[in-house]
Amino acid sequence: MQFSSRRKKFTTNSQAELYGEPLQFYGQPPLENISLTEFETFAVERLKLLKTIENLGVSYVKMSESYTKKLGTESKALNFLYRPEADDRKPQNGPTEQEKRRKDHISHFILRLAYCQTEDLRRWFIQQEVDLFRYRFNDLHPKQKLEFLHRNNLQYDRITVEEKKALNDKLVNSSYALSGITVVEQDVYKVPFQDALDLVRTRKVYLKAGYVYIPHQDIVTIVINDFRTRLSKALALTARSLPAVHSDERLQPLLNHLSHAYVGQDYSIQKNVGKISLEQIDSLSGKSFPLCMRQIHQSLRENHHLRHGGRMQYGLFLKGIGLSLEQALQFWRSEFIKGKVDADKFDKAYAYSVRHMFGKEGKRTDYTPYSCMKVILSNAPSQGDHHGCPFRHSDPELLKQKLQVYKVSPSGISQILELVKGMHYQLACQKYFEQTHNVEDASFSLNHPNQYFIESQKALGGGKEIKRETEAPQKPQEIPTGGPSAAPEAAANTQDEAEMTEDLDSFFQDA
Amino acid sequence: MPSSDYDSACLPDILPLYYRRLFPFSQYYRWLNYGGVQKNYFQNREFSFTLKDDIYVRYQSFTTQNELEKEMQKMNPYKIDIGAIYSHRPNQHNTVKSGTFQALEKELVFDIDMTDYDDVRSCCSAADICPKCWTLMTIAIHILDRALRDDFGFQHLLWVYSGRRGVHCWVCDEAARKLSVAARSAVAEYLSLVKGSDETVKKVVLTDPIHPFIRESLVVVERYFPRYALQDQDVLGRKESVDKVLALTPDDILFTTCKLQQEFQNEKKPEIRWKLLKDEAKRKQGTSKKNQHFEKEIMLQYCYPRLDVNVSKGVNHLLKSPFSVHPKTGRISVPIDLKELETFDPFAVPTISLICEELDRPRTVEEDEKSKETKDKENEKDTAESRKIRDYKRTSLAKYVKYFDQFLDGMARSWKGELLKKSDLQKDF
Ligand code: SF4
Ligand SMILES: [Zn+2]
Repeated sequence: MQFSSRRKKFTTNSQAELYGEPLQFYGQPPLENISLTEFETFAVERLKLLKTIENLGVSYVKMSESYTKKLGTESKALNFLYRPEADDRKPQNGPTEQEKRRKDHISHFILRLAYCQTEDLRRWFIQQEVDLFRYRFNDLHPKQKLEFLHRNNLQYDRITVEEKKALNDKLVNSSYALSGITVVEQDVYKVPFQDALDLVRTRKVYLKAGYVYIPHQDIVTIVINDFRTRLSKALALTARSLPAVHSDERLQPLLNHLSHAYVGQDYSIQKNVGKISLEQIDSLSGKSFPLCMRQIHQSLRENHHLRHGGRMQYGLFLKGIGLSLEQALQFWRSEFIKGKVDADKFDKAYAYSVRHMFGKEGKRTDYTPYSCMKVILSNAPSQGDHHGCPFRHSDPELLKQKLQVYKVSPSGISQILELVKGMHYQLACQKYFEQTHNVEDASFSLNHPNQYFIESQKALGGGKEIKRETEAPQKPQEIPTGGPSAAPEAAANTQDEAEMTEDLDSFFQDA
Repeated sequence: MPSSDYDSACLPDILPLYYRRLFPFSQYYRWLNYGGVQKNYFQNREFSFTLKDDIYVRYQSFTTQNELEKEMQKMNPYKIDIGAIYSHRPNQHNTVKSGTFQALEKELVFDIDMTDYDDVRSCCSAADICPKCWTLMTIAIHILDRALRDDFGFQHLLWVYSGRRGVHCWVCDEAARKLSVAARSAVAEYLSLVKGSDETVKKVVLTDPIHPFIRESLVVVERYFPRYALQDQDVLGRKESVDKVLALTPDDILFTTCKLQQEFQNEKKPEIRWKLLKDEAKRKQGTSKKNQHFEKEIMLQYCYPRLDVNVSKGVNHLLKSPFSVHPKTGRISVPIDLKELETFDPFAVPTISLICEELDRPRTVEEDEKSKETKDKENEKDTAESRKIRDYKRTSLAKYVKYFDQFLDGMARSWKGELLKKSDLQKDF
């Protein structure tokens, strides 16, 4: 792509060739010159599209009817292609299909520049682009799909009719979409299992001796796999050539802006360091923690221990709400030593990982608190774990009981469970927020546990509580139980501590 | 029980003996060097040692077998873990530019730990095991071994007793060592059927059609379920455990749960109760589409292997090495010969105290003769090495090392093919 006018290479011929098809693998970068304004609008609009895809993926089952319908509408609104037929007639208003394809092509390459810079950005970008590609590929007519395979030289080994007969039962039982009749009619491809991981993971394909047997209608998986691999290689290459782009002073600020614009806040920058005292955590966990964190906190207090998954999810969250490294160490140590771990063992076995979270050990990367997506999608809890998202990972029956204990109204509970059933976990969590904060309609869209915390603090009175509470333990006259000390581990017995928490609780209600 | 002789307090005294005279270094090196097919494969491998007082040293690496031997004899680790093959020597990881030191390859590994089955075994809990619940490990090995071979096409699977309450599997095929993180997690998820935490009641849900992999696994589970669950664990005997099973039956318009509860009142024998439940499931299959596999789901929830997916996923995850000692039980982490899986008894696995003691026993005449023979043959060219070989052969470690040798021979056959291919290529150019 050229941003200066030094080299002008542009032929209508290649244009027609490039944009003759509704879908491409983005193998060739655009060669034409474009103005900075166009550069910027294209980029911003594609970002909007990708952001929409991310949101839809959270609220709907991917590729479900409502998902594809919504995505279609959005694509149309943003003037991206949404219909596989090329229509050369100039429409009444708005750009032609050709123009849309050009925009699709160019905007994809601009975002590559902006999103190749870090691992996280790359991962986000690839994920959304892959989802977009999947949607578009599925939308093609069968004939167009075949053409696409041909044009891109995607050839996969077909199994013979005899083999197909021999494997008939297994094939039928491995794919939700196959019946005995369709096996006979369809081509079945045999590829290494590494090329169809999505199908392997979900057990939606027959697997034998390291090969998967994919019926033609599932071919999209391998095509997507191919797309993903190519894109990730291409991004790595782009990253390497980035210094050149970065020296361009017109582009650099724009690219940086783009890459920060839409991935949402990551809550790794601590604004409130030190604003929270350890004594407040118990009361805050009841008032302002999302259910996932409240659950971890509770089990930590009960068992004086947490497994790795819980420590990471909770530890990073606490860091995000403003615990300093020293506080975090104190917090974990004082809880763990009530259990089976003595101080010495803690310092040897666990302190490292706490410091690690703060970027003080190992690779020294500052870890970011987990987003809802991360909590919901990765590392599901198993036996003995308490991390994860309760809306996603708890048995609905147990979730219901828990909500009852937390005094959510019956109608609130049934609304929440309804959302859970529809797999709208974050919306369910938001409903829980509304219920527990007595607000009609939470005016944010939840995508991060730390965001939940901040919004909760806002709803409860503009974050003033944090301030007031910090001072609270230092004012003995305000705490009637007597003998409070600033250092939490000095609180001699647990009863004292419990009472103190209760008292702080009442503070909250005053506010 | 030989393990009763073991006292962890004497570990510092006997470990030196173990590493000097018994640890099978040459086989160990032969394994991790993988025939020298790839350059620096052994040299860039991470080892980590747990020393006395839980001191943990990561990123150890060695250039030769000799160096590994010397170092282990010097450090006398309580426990040895094996990590990944890195882009650089792990002991120099601080000297390379950050970001460039990366884990590249590792065996695909699985870790099955008895503590993950606590909700379905009543004989023991936590770190304890007994012959009754050990059946769970036998089932796990059967199921996973079959799937890894038949479905994924792997051939070189080393199953190892962890020394205490579980088993590990090392898939050593070249293709397995090269798998990406995404591929490892896909394999692990393909193999996982029991989902959910303490908070989940029903942990196995089957949907139609039942995948061939699940059918194959059910064949194994059905073979063990009557003995393991109905007899040994008596899951349909005591009231609470019956309730736990019934909680997994559909509570629907046909009142399956209630109906079974009533039927169970008049019938106490677990086998018959199970038959009643199965009949109910069969009836269900005729009438409804939902929940129709509940008897299968129950069997799987009680018997199906529970994997720690995180261990399998990471390329850089460390796993306890074969032939490492378990510091708590003193038992050696020995490879399990699947031909003898049914009779494998974790309590019969030798402890470090036992084998060290066996060393001190006077030799039998027969042994002496044999060793003289070998001495003559080898012409005493490498006395230390050959003495060590004779040493372990005099202990109950011998049969496990022998099996390990067989495993390595199997692998050698495959990398011989690799080397031939390579040298052919060279000839071509
Ligand atoms: S939706 Fe997000 S914040 Fe809410 S419980 Fe789940 S992970 Fe936590
Ligand atoms: Zn037991």
